[in-house]
Amino acid sequence: MAREQRLAEVFVELADTLVDGFDVVDFLQVLTERCVELVDTDAAGLMLDDQRGNLQVVAYTDESARLLELFELQREEGPCLDCFASGETIANVDLADAAGRWPTFAEAAREVGYTVSHALPMRLRGQVIGALNLFTIAPTPLSDDHLAVVQGLADVATIGLLNERAIRDQVVLSEQLQTALHSRIVIEQAKGILSAQGRTDVAAAFRLMRTHARRSGEPLTAVATAVIDGSLDAERLHRASGSTA
Amino acid sequence: MASNRVTEIVAAVEARCPDGRGQPAALVALCAEWLPVTGAGLALMTADGPAGTVAVSDGPAGELEELQFSLGEGPCVDASRTGRPVLQPDVARTAPGRWPAFAGGAHAAGLRAVFAFPLRVGAIRVGVLDLYRDTVGVLSPEELTDALAFADAATLIVLGLPAGDGGEHGPRDPVAVLDDRAEVHQATGVVSVDAGVTLEEALMLLRARAYAEHRPIRDLARDVLRGVVHFRTKDDDR
Repeated sequence: MAREQRLAEVFVELADTLVDGFDVVDFLQVLTERCVELVDTDAAGLMLDDQRGNLQVVAYTDESARLLELFELQREEGPCLDCFASGETIANVDLADAAGRWPTFAEAAREVGYTVSHALPMRLRGQVIGALNLFTIAPTPLSDDHLAVVQGLADVATIGLLNERAIRDQVVLSEQLQTALHSRIVIEQAKGILSAQGRTDVAAAFRLMRTHARRSGEPLTAVATAVIDGSLDAERLHRASGSTA
Repeated sequence: MASNRVTEIVAAVEARCPDGRGQPAALVALCAEWLPVTGAGLALMTADGPAGTVAVSDGPAGELEELQFSLGEGPCVDASRTGRPVLQPDVARTAPGRWPAFAGGAHAAGLRAVFAFPLRVGAIRVGVLDLYRDTVGVLSPEELTDALAFADAATLIVLGLPAGDGGEHGPRDPVAVLDDRAEVHQATGVVSVDAGVTLEEALMLLRARAYAEHRPIRDLARDVLRGVVHFRTKDDDR
């Protein structure tokens, strides 16, 4: 499929927030997945403002991205936080050269193998509701075109989220985020279950669920719920991912 | 999620219960004082429906819980099932279509607005916090945010976490269970498989051992994930 055609598809996918059973976590998970799919980057993580004075890690494409996002929150240092505070994009950060600005973050990101990072605001007009972080292994900067694509995706997702909230009766961001946080916890619980069943680490357990979600077209939270209720287990997921179908 | 407000609410409840008893009752009383509501009730829920009332404030809160318990329908039953708040600012207008049996009894008891909040930790559903008013009207976004903080505090209290993790010398870290401390939730999943128990029981096992060993539950969770600490089923003792 031509890149432009795929891009158009993804924009439509992210604009569609008025569906039944809309889930913030699944929606933002799709956003992070599509960023990694469409531009030259290896991992993505996303934080949202929970309206209670905290940023929360809501979506990520792999465990290392989650840990780096959490690291930023715990150390109160990093490009995602600066991007959220300023509402400005911080693109093409050379992590080998960022020790002056974010000493502990730059070191942690390099340790897990990333050389370049980017942070883009989730912003609509004056309101910044979160930030998107991208991490790249190869020392290649993102082109202006790719940056524009990511910012476009983030903008569409932000508008979608704010719209989604506006149309519901008496539903506010805090409720959305509380639900989102619990969806996130469901995924963490399922990771633990899978890692114990398959005797793997939680990062591998997450990859297993993510791969299954992608192949089956099911939302990640639905896969996690199935793991918890027992209708999916490590063996079945392994078997499904081992097949070439 | 473990905002300062949740910590503040838990601290206020603990301050009213110096011997650690009666925390659910103190919490529902605090709801009526700090939130713009007439009263509140705290009910346990299982997958099968209401499983008993833990505490109710003065007034018709008891009837609100009793109705839902005996009928098996109502806002709190739905909140528990869906895992999302059920907000009914005008019960007389909206309830008859949705919960026909509940609607009549609720109106007779003087309940005009009901707001039900699920108490949950991911897939673990422990109960519902019901708030009601004797007048119709919505909660403002700020009031709703505050009500969600009360629901978080109620979850900690129902799970017995505030009292449990605060030993004399033990580090206290109750709110971490609800917070985005993924290791605790991951370890809960691991323990549920290793010990052959539900997620809720697994969280209780983790909590009990953390308490017994005077260490933060997050430290214990990390050890579980590293494979240093194990929880085994009885079958494994052969």
